[in-house]
Amino acid sequence: MNAETQNSARDHTNNPAPDHTNDPAHDPGYNFAYLDEQTKRMIRRGLLKALAIPGYQVPFGSREMPLPYGWGTGGIQVTASVIGADDTLKVIDQGADDTTNAVSIRKFFRRVTGVKTTEKTAEATVIQTRHRIPEAPLREGQILVYQVPIPEPLRWLERRESESRKMHAYAEYGAMHVQLYESIARFGRITTTYDYPVKVADRYLMSPSPTPKFDNPKMHMNPAIQLFGAGREKRLYAVPPYTRVESLAFEDHPFEVQEWDDACALCGDDKSFLDEVVVDDAGTRMFMCSDSDHCRDRRAAGHRGGAEGAAAEALAAMTGGTDDGSNKDRAEDWAKDREAAQ
Amino acid sequence: MYVAVKGGEAAIDNAHAYLDETRRGDRSVPELAIAQIREQMSHAVDRVMAEGSLYDPDLAALAIKQAQGDLVEAIFLLRAYRTTLPRFGYTKPIKTNEMAVRRRVSATFKDIPGGQVLGPTFDYTHRLLDFALAADPSRPVKAVPETAEPLRPDMPRVTEFLNQEGLIETEDAPAQEDDPAKTADLTREPIDFPADRATRLQNLARGDEGFLLALGYSTQRGYGRTHPFAGEIRMGEVTVSITPDELGFEIDLGDITVTECEMVNQFQGSKTKPPQFTRGYGLVFGKTERKAMAMALVDRSLRAAEFDEQSGAPAQDEEFVLMHSDNVEASGFVQHLKLPHYVDFQSELELIRRLRKEADEQQRRDAVKEAAE
Repeated sequence: MNAETQNSARDHTNNPAPDHTNDPAHDPGYNFAYLDEQTKRMIRRGLLKALAIPGYQVPFGSREMPLPYGWGTGGIQVTASVIGADDTLKVIDQGADDTTNAVSIRKFFRRVTGVKTTEKTAEATVIQTRHRIPEAPLREGQILVYQVPIPEPLRWLERRESESRKMHAYAEYGAMHVQLYESIARFGRITTTYDYPVKVADRYLMSPSPTPKFDNPKMHMNPAIQLFGAGREKRLYAVPPYTRVESLAFEDHPFEVQEWDDACALCGDDKSFLDEVVVDDAGTRMFMCSDSDHCRDRRAAGHRGGAEGAAAEALAAMTGGTDDGSNKDRAEDWAKDREAAQ
Repeated sequence: MYVAVKGGEAAIDNAHAYLDETRRGDRSVPELAIAQIREQMSHAVDRVMAEGSLYDPDLAALAIKQAQGDLVEAIFLLRAYRTTLPRFGYTKPIKTNEMAVRRRVSATFKDIPGGQVLGPTFDYTHRLLDFALAADPSRPVKAVPETAEPLRPDMPRVTEFLNQEGLIETEDAPAQEDDPAKTADLTREPIDFPADRATRLQNLARGDEGFLLALGYSTQRGYGRTHPFAGEIRMGEVTVSITPDELGFEIDLGDITVTECEMVNQFQGSKTKPPQFTRGYGLVFGKTERKAMAMALVDRSLRAAEFDEQSGAPAQDEEFVLMHSDNVEASGFVQHLKLPHYVDFQSELELIRRLRKEADEQQRRDAVKEAAE
């Protein structure tokens, strides 16, 4: 905080830094974004190296954060290092803004930065995510921060770090192809459904973090900066904008993504990643968009799915997430309209 | 009705209010003071300081209170707080030779210069619940009789007696001793393999006591046997000092309590080295004898490659031991499994359904074929 306030005093004439120290939301007991300036600088250096060598895992001095390892400490440290007072932050888990851990991380950043938060993908400048890439295309200037549990794509083939680092150095990735081949030989298809390995800029094999392979194509030539943080494993890696990201495959077994026979019960989308929800004791299933912002946008644009009455209401409340509750109102209105029409 | 994991901020706040109520317990019982925990739960405080890598009994006691006695949670609290502390400099290496000893025992010699000093120990207590302690909490504490003569201020090391005869390996101070900043700092840098011994010891010193205990135990049961003898265990106070750049001379910061264990281990000798005793070392904040001993066992086991005695035992495997010793890391990652994983699970569901459908169709086709034959 000191460095920032000094800056704003010194550069007031030509470059006035927003004075977030007076922001009521920012807890003055902590430095801006919790980490001290030296640590943030160390992480930024690591990120620059990661961007310079796309897909390469940069070891870094991960700190103990007030949230547990495995709950997004890598992503949190990356976000803390790149976020500025004028940024707008979006946090999602499983594609949704209102999953408990996303709520907790967003609350943490509100407290230690006081920055504006949003649930709208388009409005956000920094998006921290666990397990999903938003459905809406990202644009230049946006930063997507992934929380990564196991950064090493070769870990399940070679559990020793000392060995897997050598395999990366020699680009010795044959073992991964053999594993995929074995899966085809046994099941007739590649059975990896998430954390599907990708090759970045034709060089490094990279774990996309456990996003479903459905999201892999979105990483390719993405205009946004994609940063990956693994806190417990103490690694950073990155995909710079407009970089080739290729999912491993074979000529006769091309890469393919998941498809559903169903569509979102709320917005009717049959192209987005769908979550399955058990709606009653009899085990009745319904599907809905995993990306709650995407679903809300579509509903606002008038798209409707097959859910009716109470079920629609309950589902809408689940995807919920808007602070004003308007989403639920919209779903209720829609349910009423449907009932009236029948 | 499926109660979604998707939960709002209100649910989290309510859960935490409930947690706070649980922490307080029955309000007719007086609330614990930090000082009470610090003074009367000192072993818990010591463990939290040791594995929390922060020597501050008051904060450790606060962490224990806040964590409702969950020591791993308390360690986590202390570690997260530690992140926010600035680094002023590096202290001089502490001198355990000059420890104000409260306890010092050796299992290798019956009597040793300086004497066997039991100190405050659970050893030789009969583990019988002391119901009198429950009946009368204000029972007067047993008086400690004055010792006839004060303990030697320069308590000699047992391993030095072996060293005089050249029976035990000598240990040279690492080159970085002159400049402590050159020593790896695991709280600032990620570990790199192979790790040097100083780094390994640092990792073990803040490692989980239970993990080290189990690993040390496993070496005793034959998974990488090291033939250990407790050469010396000492516990007491050492002075921490620092030489600030702007002063250029050493100043004392204060005293800390540590437990040190030097294991003496057999070594059969090799083509290049004659048989000799070797060492395993443990040093931990506070009165933490169990951990210091386990640490010394594991330290010696991790030197297996040095003595060409690898047998594939878990305690000899550097990456296995050092990557899994930290309970803050382990606890976080194990418990992250309760976070929602339904996107990945959905992907697996879709796959399993597809594979089962195909297997089903295949079976039906096979059945039709068989019937036709």
